[in-house]
Amino acid sequence: MYQYDEFDHALVQDRVTQFRRQVERRLAGELTEDQFRPLRLMNGLYLQLHAYMLRVAIPYGTLDSRQMRKLAYIARRYDKGYGHFTTRQNLQYNWPKLEETPDILAELAEVEMHAIQTSGNCIRNVTSDQYAGAAEGEIEDPRIWCEIIRQWSTLHPEFSFLPRKFKIAVTGSEHDRAAVKVHDIGLIMRRDGSGQAGFEVIVGGGLGRTPFIGKTIRGFLPKEHLLSYLEAILRVYNQLGRRDNKFKARIKVTVHETGAEEFTRLVDEEWAAMGDTAPKLPKQEVDRIARYFEPPAFRALPKAAPASEARAKSDPGFAAWVRHNVSPHKISGYAIANISLKPVGKPPGDATAEQMDAVADLADGFSFGEIRVTHAQNLVLPHVERESLPVLYDGLVAAGLAASNIGLLSDIIACPGLDYCALANARSIPIAERITERFADRDRLELIGEMQIKISGCINACGHHHVGHIGILGVDRKGEEHYQVQIGGSATEDAALGRILGRGFSADEVVDVVEKIVDTYLERRTQGESFIETYRRIGQDPFKERVYGTA
Amino acid sequence: MDQVVIANRLSDGVVVFLAAAPGSARGEWMLRLEDASVARDDARAQEILALGLASARDRNEVIDPYLIDVEQTPSGLRPTRYRELIRAFGPTVRQDLGKQAGSGEV
Repeated sequence: MYQYDEFDHALVQDRVTQFRRQVERRLAGELTEDQFRPLRLMNGLYLQLHAYMLRVAIPYGTLDSRQMRKLAYIARRYDKGYGHFTTRQNLQYNWPKLEETPDILAELAEVEMHAIQTSGNCIRNVTSDQYAGAAEGEIEDPRIWCEIIRQWSTLHPEFSFLPRKFKIAVTGSEHDRAAVKVHDIGLIMRRDGSGQAGFEVIVGGGLGRTPFIGKTIRGFLPKEHLLSYLEAILRVYNQLGRRDNKFKARIKVTVHETGAEEFTRLVDEEWAAMGDTAPKLPKQEVDRIARYFEPPAFRALPKAAPASEARAKSDPGFAAWVRHNVSPHKISGYAIANISLKPVGKPPGDATAEQMDAVADLADGFSFGEIRVTHAQNLVLPHVERESLPVLYDGLVAAGLAASNIGLLSDIIACPGLDYCALANARSIPIAERITERFADRDRLELIGEMQIKISGCINACGHHHVGHIGILGVDRKGEEHYQVQIGGSATEDAALGRILGRGFSADEVVDVVEKIVDTYLERRTQGESFIETYRRIGQDPFKERVYGTA
Repeated sequence: MDQVVIANRLSDGVVVFLAAAPGSARGEWMLRLEDASVARDDARAQEILALGLASARDRNEVIDPYLIDVEQTPSGLRPTRYRELIRAFGPTVRQDLGKQAGSGEV
């Protein structure tokens, strides 16, 4: 993975020193809260319901065991012993003290981490496919391009005061695990007719109160032009993006109001006009970055993994974990091991300091020290020998990390909701917990198969409810928590926005509603048909009838 | 409706409630809701709010003080809105955290 050079180190260290001084001035009363708020937000420090919250960037969801141990240490030393992995592949601490935050940032800087660009109207931390560099059929490791975008966008002067925040996601695989179509810019690696690698460029996706699936404005962009083309998009957005209304300021609204065709024309015009000022990507520089992402020293292994197979035959728990949490690896004899942070009845995405340490140890033991964070709030050990899976599994069981439910109904995305968040209107986590309790039976989960439930506690949609197969949105109705349910969304390459089923439900009713939707699917599906396929075939009415008792 | 002043303490973000005797020039920020001064009429509510705002503005002790509605219940003083209830006691999904955890907090 990428290693900081002297410039990266200096930049992050300088920022820590600067923020330390700003915090001192705030605590001494030399800065008012209004003056200080933008400064702390630029360092990822929010104020929530119970305390401050620090959002730590995990660039494109990649970290190593040393960094994970540091996150665990910070959780123990400066927070309350746990952290929350988010849909942005970041980590949030829920209880840091303002007066200790500079120390936390200094600790992070020691392991090449920071909280820069995790807030504010800038280009945010770039997200990517958690299977990058390990997935079968990947065109290129997308993290090379994520890192190039990171370096280009870090404190980019022209794009540090955009109309609104800006999120870029990159995937190198056809199967989209990074929800690229609901980002401000989504990049999917493609090959053209001659076999050259490049990008499909998708612009104007997003969730929140005005959700849109992004529009493809260029089917194939040769990769050497990536930065100049991104710069052209950002320039057009910076010029046209609305600043009169926060809720209409994202690029999705710009693209919608301008029209995708006209927006594309403007980008192309800007791109053509750049001439010599366009940022260049010399092959030498791309190669230099690419070297950081060279594959680890894989061993030549036989395809068969007899110990693993024998264990699967004798241990149904292990077999289920392999079935749901282990994915094929591009190298023979290796596997991708997912670590679910979705145990029954617990907050999705939370990990204790002890669990983070355990993951770091297991990464060192079995995955070249490499760890990934997924936008679905799980972790991944990307490069595990198949024969090591039983020992890894035992280690995960010991750490309470062996939930075998990746992609199943209980693998729920949920925002922190009103249990923590100052913006939320309703709680998300307890709904997720109760759904996982209702659907705790493994046989039933497997019978249902692939199912994505996504829960947000307010319209900002951090829980991605618009693109859940079942999406749940918490609202405040006359001082009571109330939940709208929608179905038919998808966050992958067939991205779609769900449609609201009808009137909303109380917190007590919502789990029953989920069960009715699931039962309708089980009754109506044909052999081998997934929930989303059934929904697309039969439409919303049968689900509505079951839930509301009328058509 | 009875009211108290709630805020976050500047130094660590912890939720605090204002206590101030009638007519006093400044209040004190308390960790527990039951130690807060409860305003039973609007004039008193405005008095404690003014003290809270002055604490934030002049002494930078807290951030964003404001009035919340509370009521006496069999289990003690409680905010009426669930948002403030969660704020006053802690995350409902982690009873071991926040004020609800008491001295046994993690």
